[in-house]
Amino acid sequence: LGHGSGGRLMAELIDQVIARELGTRGPLEDAAVLTAADVGPGGDPVLGPGADLVLSTDGFVVTPRFFPGGDIGSLAVHGTVNDLAMRGARPIALALAFVVEEGLPVEELRLVTRSAAKAAQDVGVPVVTGDTKVVGRGAADGLYVTTTGLGVRLPGARPSAAAGRVGDVVLLSGPIGAHGTAILSAREGLGFEAEIASDSRPLHRLVAAMLDAGGEDVHVLRDPTRGGLASALNELAAASGVAVEVVEDDVPVPRAVAAACELLGLDPFHVANEGCLVAFVAPRSAPDVLAAMRARPEGAGARAVGRVVDGPAGRVTARTLIGSTRIVDMLIGEQLPRIC
Amino acid sequence: MARVVERIEVHGTVQGVGFRPHVHRLATALGIDGDVRNVDGRVVITAAGESEDLTAFRRLVRERSPAVSRVERLEVCRLPSTAAPPPGFVVRESRAGAVAGPRSVPPDLATCAACVAELFDPADRRHRYPFVNCTDCGPRATIVEALPYDRVRTSMREFPMCAACAAEYHDPTDRRFHAEPVACPACGPALTWGALAGEDALRAAVAVVAGGGVVAVKGIGGYQLVCDAADEEAVGRLRRVKRRPRKAFAVMVRTVEDARRLSFVDDPGPLRATAAPIVLLPRRRDAGLAPSVAPGMAELGLFLPYSPLHHLLLADLARPLVVTSGNRAGEPITTSDDEARATLGPLVDGVLAHDRRIRSRYDDSVVRGRAVLRRARGLAPDPLPLPTAVASPVLALGAQLKHTTALAVGDRAFLGPHTGDLSNAATFAAFEETAAALARTQGVEPGHCAHDRHPGYLSTGHARRWPAHRRIAVQHHHAHVAATAAEHGVRGRFLGVAYDGLGYGDDGTLWGGEVLLATYRDYRRVGRVGTAPLPGGEAAVRRPARMALGYLHGAEDFGVGLDGCADALLERVGVREAEVVRRMVARGVNSPVASSVGRLFDAAAALLGLCDDATYEGEAAVLLEAAAHGEPDHDALAWRLHHRDGLWVYDPVPTLRELAAATGPKAVVAARFHTAVAHATRALVEQAADATGVHVVCLGGGVFQNRRLTDAVVRELADSGFEVHVGQRVPVNDGGISYGQAAVAAARLEG
Ligand SMILES: [Fe+3]
Ligand SMILES: [Mg+2]
Ligand SMILES: [Zn+2]
Ligand SMILES: [Zn+2]
Repeated sequence: LGHGSGGRLMAELIDQVIARELGTRGPLEDAAVLTAADVGPGGDPVLGPGADLVLSTDGFVVTPRFFPGGDIGSLAVHGTVNDLAMRGARPIALALAFVVEEGLPVEELRLVTRSAAKAAQDVGVPVVTGDTKVVGRGAADGLYVTTTGLGVRLPGARPSAAAGRVGDVVLLSGPIGAHGTAILSAREGLGFEAEIASDSRPLHRLVAAMLDAGGEDVHVLRDPTRGGLASALNELAAASGVAVEVVEDDVPVPRAVAAACELLGLDPFHVANEGCLVAFVAPRSAPDVLAAMRARPEGAGARAVGRVVDGPAGRVTARTLIGSTRIVDMLIGEQLPRIC
Repeated sequence: MARVVERIEVHGTVQGVGFRPHVHRLATALGIDGDVRNVDGRVVITAAGESEDLTAFRRLVRERSPAVSRVERLEVCRLPSTAAPPPGFVVRESRAGAVAGPRSVPPDLATCAACVAELFDPADRRHRYPFVNCTDCGPRATIVEALPYDRVRTSMREFPMCAACAAEYHDPTDRRFHAEPVACPACGPALTWGALAGEDALRAAVAVVAGGGVVAVKGIGGYQLVCDAADEEAVGRLRRVKRRPRKAFAVMVRTVEDARRLSFVDDPGPLRATAAPIVLLPRRRDAGLAPSVAPGMAELGLFLPYSPLHHLLLADLARPLVVTSGNRAGEPITTSDDEARATLGPLVDGVLAHDRRIRSRYDDSVVRGRAVLRRARGLAPDPLPLPTAVASPVLALGAQLKHTTALAVGDRAFLGPHTGDLSNAATFAAFEETAAALARTQGVEPGHCAHDRHPGYLSTGHARRWPAHRRIAVQHHHAHVAATAAEHGVRGRFLGVAYDGLGYGDDGTLWGGEVLLATYRDYRRVGRVGTAPLPGGEAAVRRPARMALGYLHGAEDFGVGLDGCADALLERVGVREAEVVRRMVARGVNSPVASSVGRLFDAAAALLGLCDDATYEGEAAVLLEAAAHGEPDHDALAWRLHHRDGLWVYDPVPTLRELAAATGPKAVVAARFHTAVAHATRALVEQAADATGVHVVCLGGGVFQNRRLTDAVVRELADSGFEVHVGQRVPVNDGGISYGQAAVAAARLEG
């Protein structure tokens, strides 16, 4: 790829690769207009009267770009859709921007775009605008993708990191640790690639089902991406001014992930996820919300893993099988041993 | 002759040790009028008498102090004759003084000979009473709620004295004059075992232990788990209950003679000390103990009964008993009755409890030779000297494992008891309690905190609650060597040798084999040990076999590698793990590098086939030292010194190469390894001394718990003319970090 100077080659690249893969119709515009007349896949208006808009943007720089369970294109779509979903939003439009390093095979760009397009289609959200820049060799590491997502808040949805209350049940939608382990293994050639695939997937339908079942009783939603479940719980506990106690053995870790973490010296609680969420739900609605989660494929492994408890604000603990309780800390930088 | 009136303040460990009755006796014998009282942590005497009588009195107060007291200094001031007291000498109630200063909390004292005699005297009214004590013995720090030390501020306030006890308590000629925890069967605490009480409860517990059971016993500083030390099945069960697969258990024996049956006791002093610590002693083989009491160990941890209840158990059972802290691995020792019933009760065959509350948690102390390895019951919180006084109190927050907290007040540091691994929520809570209790008993509000530089220590997390300008960050190994220096009153510049597991270095990498040119304020790294990666971080610490692979694939390169030396190890580890570890090291995946002597010992133990997996901190090094036990000094294995980036570096790879290739008995190879590290250390220190002109050396860090290595290093350095110090009252392991932090913070605050 060598299209740094813009002009005709660049137009061709956009036309032949990006626009074609995304299935863009009509003239290419630098900005998209959403109107009250637009209807979604279900036939209902995208922007109902009095709708609350939710906006999110995220940059994706993952190495390697293709990994078991996904690639940078699908990850960019899922990541932004999930960020919207965690605020109780139904995604309505995506914007996609590429920063491409000169020399990247065009075919690779095509595959990534195709994957992003497919992910968006599966999510049911159109990519309405975008941007592509080619930078010189060394100015970027292959390919960076930025996605911006616009959503409309679902009725009754008020989830916020600060809304956790003592007594809330902590629900986890599925097993943890797969994404980070898969990426690391693929990047460094550690040999777990055949057994462990990223859990990258969209969670907006799961969230819709949860809100349907629990409404405003769904206090907190968070996808535990970078820093893993441990960091997510610490941030939520701090933001809500509460303590959280989880039962370690109730947190599902796939056998292959557990084995890999053991060998790599990683704590699954600290490993990134891209396809699960954690929720704090008022106890009266927790059983219904949990049942709604389990009725969906992406929530089939959902479990109650702990409680919001009265305690020092921001303190997260895990009760272990042997009955002792360990403090689950945020990951601060590299995981440096604390044993003297 | 003129009558003089004086006010005499006695500083030191003078409360809870029978000091006031002692002063009363001296004053009465010399015909001196006046009174004596506890004020804060001091004893204050008003004395009126002939001038030379007062001189004699002061001399006797200083020189004839009770056995367990320690007089640091007397402050005397002349009072006007109008202040003359009425005739006679009285012991007054204590009061809190207006002037704040360091106050001593009296440590707990093992039951004295006189009380033991009464305990077993059928004619005595305290015959077989498990709470007998006097001014020379009994619980102190564990029952204190506040200072000054008086019954009303201890958990004994719940037991009003009967007439007989009150008479003893108020009689200046009695051994129990102002013995705050004084009690008897009529008025004091009582044992319980389920629904049984008193002697019935004790008999039931004894029967269970005799029958091979495990019982929880409420001790002085916390609950303990007890079983027959000769019963392999009982000890095995205790191991499962505690989730402690291999770490040695301490054994309590009735007398020094019994200790000699199990071990070689050159000096019974440490066993008989009033702190009654666990003493590590070379063991006798075929001593009849269950094999799993101390598997693979060349030493046994033995101690004598230190409470009347222990004396009764040992007498009734007439056999050595395993007596270990009542907790599961990683948890702090249980002190509350409810918790004991809830958490220990279901695991054991019964709980022997009583109704005297434990106010502060104190594990048993551990000593080896003159070195304190765990400073807890009987030793803490006896104050330690600080090289620089602090204007406002400093709370030193310690490290992460073997955690302790220290409070610096004036020119004293109060080092709290060891609590354990802070990542355990209960231990962390104990840390916060201890910190609060230290400040409360001293009646101060700390103005600064001192903390480690490691960003991931939970103690550092605690420090972040303080405003930045009131935090003092202290590098881990600087704290280690400063602790040794401060304990020994070293002044000026010194060379610190910090041989340790892992600590956070100034460059963001892990350190643990450092030679520092230091003052209390600052330091500079002048030497180190070659680095190696820890494949998997803490996973490599838990698995010494991995650490050996770390050296194999990623030791700092000085031209010689370990290739071809680790075949046996690779075979044991298996292809899968070996390959993953190789890739991790090659790609730098979760493989932080460390210049650590602790990890070097781990690797050596794994390469020798002594320990692939560690079930407790330091197990590999313990086994390596045990393997060399009894060996004379042998030739050193190979070692090299290199100069790199301005530092002298000991390259341990040739040492490991020769160790892995050696064909002789493991004992000899292990001994030669120790010698090599000692020789390399001498060379590192000599280079540092040449460059700096400093000849005072302070050794610190957990590796110096290894007595063989420490003795060899001290010998080598002394041969070279160095003045060498090593931690004794203060543990060289991370239990001493908070004290070192206090010393450094005090120096920095001085400006
Ligand atoms: Fe250390
Ligand atoms: Mg985001
Ligand atoms: Zn006594
Ligand atoms: Zn009595």
